[in-house]
Amino acid sequence: MTEQQTAGITPKPLNRLQMAQRVAADIPEGWCVNLGIGVPTLVADAIPADREVIIHSENGILGMGPAPAEAERDPWLINAGKQHVTLRPGGSYFHHADSFALVRGGHVDLCVLGAYEVAENGDFANWATSDTEAAPAVGGAMDLAAGARRIWVVMEHTTREGRPKLVRACSYPLTAPAAVSRIYTNLAVLDVTPDGLKVVELVPGLDLAGLRAVTEARVVG
Amino acid sequence: MIDKFVDTIAEAVGGVRDGATVLVGGFGSVGQPDALIEGLIDTGTRELTIVANNVGSGFVGLAKLLQVGRVRKMICSYPRSAGSVVFEEVYATGRLELELVPQGTLAERIRAAGAGIPAFYTPTAVGTRLAEGKEVREFNGRRYVLEEALPGDMALVEAWQADRWGNLTYRRSGRNFNPLMAMAAKVTVAQAHHVVDLGALDPEAVVTQGVCVDRVVHVPYPADSAEAAHD
Repeated sequence: MTEQQTAGITPKPLNRLQMAQRVAADIPEGWCVNLGIGVPTLVADAIPADREVIIHSENGILGMGPAPAEAERDPWLINAGKQHVTLRPGGSYFHHADSFALVRGGHVDLCVLGAYEVAENGDFANWATSDTEAAPAVGGAMDLAAGARRIWVVMEHTTREGRPKLVRACSYPLTAPAAVSRIYTNLAVLDVTPDGLKVVELVPGLDLAGLRAVTEARVVG
Repeated sequence: MIDKFVDTIAEAVGGVRDGATVLVGGFGSVGQPDALIEGLIDTGTRELTIVANNVGSGFVGLAKLLQVGRVRKMICSYPRSAGSVVFEEVYATGRLELELVPQGTLAERIRAAGAGIPAFYTPTAVGTRLAEGKEVREFNGRRYVLEEALPGDMALVEAWQADRWGNLTYRRSGRNFNPLMAMAAKVTVAQAHHVVDLGALDPEAVVTQGVCVDRVVHVPYPADSAEAAHD
């Protein structure tokens, strides 16, 4: 990191569970929320039990509950990630056209997705890593990106090789242009603004210069 | 007397021609009509276009259909999942055409086909590679892409209960694409876990109206597809 970090604390990146918990802390009671695969899936269990949030799954579930014990698994009840889940009291089932009508019709308050890259204008890429990939798969990502009332991305701040994932412009094929409003990484929480990414929060011990050193996108304090 | 029930899988899937478009219900392995897919394989029909969300896993169902070389084109949203090895192998040979469609657009294209709507504008995929070459039009300051209905020659669906009129119910997340596909094909075939008397289904709970269904075959739970549903 940088010399400006004089607080004497070494910045400690959040782990996957902590990232999920940080996202969950910002989801208010009453929202209808769709959660993507990976860290976003962990957000469901990080929402406090006394806060009623209605989880939507693309394959026709509203009011999705946590994973069941192995012995309680229902072969007819899986989520969009093909994992066994449960239904909360008040939950319901519907077909795929109604499911995406809920999405595009603006009835889903929030979708939390992972991403390969997010650009400073809110463009993001999360479905294909190149134009020549053998068999690309898109699933419901583009529908959610175009339809949910807000899109938050949760992801590592950099690739495993240390390259920034918050970029000036995406190099991978877009999921949607100008769709992301907020980004949660293992280092920071950032809002997409016309001036660039605005810092909402940094992990303890990290300063603005330290964040900029691992971010290609413009960062405003 | 109206009676949509047939005794065998072979009767259920009979009449499908080479080059036909077949809509196949299911999301992952849940709600997937595996017995009917096996029947389709047994017909020997070739050069099929298959419309389904996924491409099967392991070596059963859709994966087997692909493996035996009966599919010319797949129209799907998510051909990559744990165990989708057959698809990857076949796709790598270059002999299989893939049309990748966002999941909500896939559902709406099938719904439109069953609802008499030839095409519709959707915000999904605008500004992405999947909208390239398609008409884009602005409504109220936002851009939308034109997508066309996706009808089938045959639909294969999995139901939970069926009566002799062909009225169907589904089970939990097994509903998925099944009711949409049931309305969108020239011939709709259902495999049902339970057979019930006419009048036994709660009229408020019937999901697919029997007028959309041509043939029903009883494939009781937990045989065949139930094993697959367990993944």
